[in-house]
Amino acid sequence: MPEEAAVGCARPTGGPVGEPAEETAIEKSQPISKETQQMVHVGEKVPDFVAPGYRKGKFINIKLSEYLGKWVLLCFYPGDFTFV
Amino acid sequence: MSIDSMFVHKMWDDHELSKMVNGGVPFPMLSDAGGKVGRLYGVFNEGAGVENRGRFIIDPDGVLQGYEVLTPPVGRNVQETMRQVQAFQLVRETKSAEATPSGWRPGKKTLKPGPDLVGNVWKEWKTEMAFD
Repeated sequence: MPEEAAVGCARPTGGPVGEPAEETAIEKSQPISKETQQMVHVGEKVPDFVAPGYRKGKFINIKLSEYLGKWVLLCFYPGDFTFV
Repeated sequence: MSIDSMFVHKMWDDHELSKMVNGGVPFPMLSDAGGKVGRLYGVFNEGAGVENRGRFIIDPDGVLQGYEVLTPPVGRNVQETMRQVQAFQLVRETKSAEATPSGWRPGKKTLKPGPDLVGNVWKEWKTEMAFD
């Protein structure tokens, strides 16, 4: 499922799937701090995203929608080397 | 998923987590540098620049069944998360013919919603059943 990621010097990052490019997503007149924080709702489909990651010795790219058909537990946490 | 890079994830797994879990963490550790995904899910802590402790249960159709969000200092209850996943799986397997009342855990009595149950929950479910 997850494709293995090529590792260069840059720090790769992911983001929403199917969203407009960042330049058009944020209106020029809006200050950055006003960037919208969405909230997901129970009973509704969650937004898809791609993200780079690490699993068992390999760097990988994950797309959430690749897990359709399975139960998914998605956990966010403040930082590595903290408790979860 | 956190704002740490996948390189830091590897260091954490190599140097600490693999000492707690044999063979290291078995599931993907994702990187959300910049917090784009965290903002999408409403868990990015703008003040601290990190993700809050958000936990989302997503079913096989990609539908969100439940979530919990805590500020960083308090850790989660993994058993409660597992209980909720098992409950949602049971409801899905029975095509919603069964529901899991307060205090349910695997092996405990479920309820069968329908006209006969209206006004009769007190016969099927006792207050003590809310507690372990």
